[in-house]
Amino acid sequence: MKWRCCRRLREADVAFLRESPLDLAGLIAAVTTSERGGVASFLGLVRNHHAGREVLRLEYSAYAPMAERECAAVLAEAHARWPMAQVALEHRIGTLKIGDAAVAVAAAAPHRDEAFAACRYVIEEVKRRVPIWKREHYADGTVGWVDPTAPGGSVPARPEAGQAS
Amino acid sequence: MSVASEVVTVQVLLFARFAELLGTERVALALPRPASLQAVVDRLLAMPGGAGLPPRPLLAVNQAQAPPETLLQDGDEVAVLPPLAGG
Repeated sequence: MKWRCCRRLREADVAFLRESPLDLAGLIAAVTTSERGGVASFLGLVRNHHAGREVLRLEYSAYAPMAERECAAVLAEAHARWPMAQVALEHRIGTLKIGDAAVAVAAAAPHRDEAFAACRYVIEEVKRRVPIWKREHYADGTVGWVDPTAPGGSVPARPEAGQAS
Repeated sequence: MSVASEVVTVQVLLFARFAELLGTERVALALPRPASLQAVVDRLLAMPGGAGLPPRPLLAVNQAQAPPETLLQDGDEVAVLPPLAGG
């Protein structure tokens, strides 16, 4: 089964999902102009623990076409609320190791208030709306689907046949 | 009356844990008209492995979230979404 990662992304189809390492500096450069003197950014990294369990690595998968549409909608909403701000966003999918950047947001505006507000809005809406899932490999050899609605924050996943966790 | 008027055929996409539970990422369903989104869920719940699905999962039609009472059209792309965990 291919749930470890969605179908291979075609560059032409994606603006926000990435199978390669994220580039926050590139995002900042993309939104910064000489009028926008305030830049706020957020970088979400893969943690080595979740709900008291040691995490070795994780896999992100997505419903890519809907994820792309939701990301575009979130950025459009941010632009409507803070017209002077420009925001850029990328989310990684595939297998990530501890410390890898999973999501990057950069917001630039004439002043810091709009930059912080737009950056915060975008990351919160991404977490709330974009169809992306996380499968964690734990140090005890088990695997779990991250589920913020479940007690303990995850539910057991089936280990992959023929692959050590 | 033609067959086309009596059934609605939709493509159902399953993701992450739900794909694991049902052992597939995609299933075509033919449902009696009128067919609601909840009818898709009810059909999945009755499939092998489907009992592990929540009775009211997050749903999308043609890549936009939709409530369970949404009526489906022929050719709609339905997605059954596990709890989101991006970011």
